[in-house]
Amino acid sequence: MTDYSKPENTLRPDLKLIADLIESDSRVLDVGCADGSLLSFLVHHKNIDGRGIEISQGGVNACVAKGLFAIQGDADNDLSEYPDGSFDYVILSRTLQAVHRPKNVLLELLRIGKKAIVTIPNFGQWRVRLSLMTRGRMPVTRTLKKTWYNTDNIHFCTILDLFDLMHQEGIKVREFVPHSKAGKRLQMGPARANLFADQGLFLIEPGETSAK
Amino acid sequence: MKAAVNARIQLDAEKGKGKGKFVLVDKLPPEGFSERLNSAGAVHVINPNSNRLTLFKDKPLTLDGGAELSPVDVAFETYGTLNAEASNAVLICHALTGDQYVASAHPITGKPGWWGRLVGPGKLIDTDKYFVVCSNVLGSCLGTTGPASVNPETNKSWGIDFPVITIRDMVKVQAALIKELNIDRLLMVIGGSMGGMQVLEWLTTYPERLHSAVVIASAARHTAQNIAFHEVGRQAVMADPNWSTGAYYEHDEKPAKGLSVARMTAHITYLSEDALTKKFGRNLQERDTVTFGFDADFQVESYLRHQGSTFVDRFDANSYLYITRAMDYLDIPGRYNGRLADAFTGATHVRCCVISFTSDWLYPTIENKRIVHALNAAGVPVSFAEIQSAHGHDAFLLEAPEMDAMLTGFLDSAAKSYAPLPKGAKS
Repeated sequence: MTDYSKPENTLRPDLKLIADLIESDSRVLDVGCADGSLLSFLVHHKNIDGRGIEISQGGVNACVAKGLFAIQGDADNDLSEYPDGSFDYVILSRTLQAVHRPKNVLLELLRIGKKAIVTIPNFGQWRVRLSLMTRGRMPVTRTLKKTWYNTDNIHFCTILDLFDLMHQEGIKVREFVPHSKAGKRLQMGPARANLFADQGLFLIEPGETSAK
Repeated sequence: MKAAVNARIQLDAEKGKGKGKFVLVDKLPPEGFSERLNSAGAVHVINPNSNRLTLFKDKPLTLDGGAELSPVDVAFETYGTLNAEASNAVLICHALTGDQYVASAHPITGKPGWWGRLVGPGKLIDTDKYFVVCSNVLGSCLGTTGPASVNPETNKSWGIDFPVITIRDMVKVQAALIKELNIDRLLMVIGGSMGGMQVLEWLTTYPERLHSAVVIASAARHTAQNIAFHEVGRQAVMADPNWSTGAYYEHDEKPAKGLSVARMTAHITYLSEDALTKKFGRNLQERDTVTFGFDADFQVESYLRHQGSTFVDRFDANSYLYITRAMDYLDIPGRYNGRLADAFTGATHVRCCVISFTSDWLYPTIENKRIVHALNAAGVPVSFAEIQSAHGHDAFLLEAPEMDAMLTGFLDSAAKSYAPLPKGAKS
């Protein structure tokens, strides 16, 4: 097995939620893999064969130093060349709201991967709603820290919005894990989660109709 | 130190698995070398102070163009020591006008090795740990067989009777050399520009003999613009009356003007507008005002003239024609019905790394990314980064801390993951 120099034993709690869903010995593509923490954790604890896509050069260098394979690129431009079904899981963590064509990216994830894990910051969370209602200005909250003119988030959506899109595209939601910013699971359905969860995690599969 | 390295090679060859046919050509002392270079017509190949092996003596090298070549001399430099398992060998592939002096002084110019920044004891490619090999490519003029070499059939220099070669032909010669050095599988093959093209051909042709591969600022095919610039260079050489249809070796005068213009044009493509502006702007060369004449008024003109005139001292004009042609003929996707990924199906075990530079317009990021996408599509593990640099294509030869960081991490993990092949699994 490949020797990785810096094993990751602790993981950011929200990434741990993702790691828990991934079966051992699978092939994983992490889109927006940052410094490769999640991939490295999965390599060591679940013996996965992992690859990453990361927009920052520093992130790519960090991945390579960990013995991982990462390419500098982004979800909008670098998914199309991967063959169908080349991964067991494709992960898109807190990135969907920052891509140019979210629907297209979502479908690409499920073309490349047999399953995909998508997490989003929930723009329907009560703090966001309250902030917009009371202040009348674009919300800056604990999960959305940047102002409207310098945020990377260009396609805001709520948990229910994403459910709607998945329904529309015939995508099956196998697991839905609403959670707090700290990665604490919230035991509630989509409607309540849309009001209370900082983030939503979706484990999805192509439905029969969307399978190509 | 070099003697020690040679002794080591000799020793390995003797004890090594019954392969005693290793012939090390006696080296010329550097003084003798410059004498011979200066006596016009006496020696055409710029005979370096290098190791040299004669390969393809019994079985000729069959070239992509169909011709056969025998024998083939290969001049090469080595640094460091090959370990007992032959598991620490790194092959460095040089660019168009590069040479085997990757980390030692050039025999003519005296300039330090072209990648001395990265290769040496304690450096990124640490020659205390790794055994580094760099050979002069087929068709070049620093000791490896090329158009300036003597055609055994006529006893005269080949000139343009030398068969046209390809990048893959260069790699076939390197593969034969590596075999001769008793290296079954390279820890890493690495190269920038045309060196990267050779790395790609290693991946298509000898993937089983690689553990890892690094392609820097390169492309899997030459574009119309790439070919166009090369054609200007070749036409400049051919338009020089001293070129004499390639048969200038017996003459006192060489096509220096033509080759110099070719180099000037090419040199522009290695830089960027930004780099030229920063370095020269519209600055005048040792004068306060323009002269209303055609002297080198501008610093950039003077610089290019200097680049051209120094180049002709160290390079053969016909070699320039042949090697640029080889690059123009490169079209790896073309060999696979346009699907580059199909070229790499045998390389799924090879750890790959591709690097491009933001200001490189000769082999821009998009061409490098095509390679990355194809490797991904073929299931080859690959890392890729586009490094910020204003230096243009030449960035790979210059200071690039981000590239260094990437390469350091990549080489470390490649070395850690290298496992010798099981016995009997040799190809």
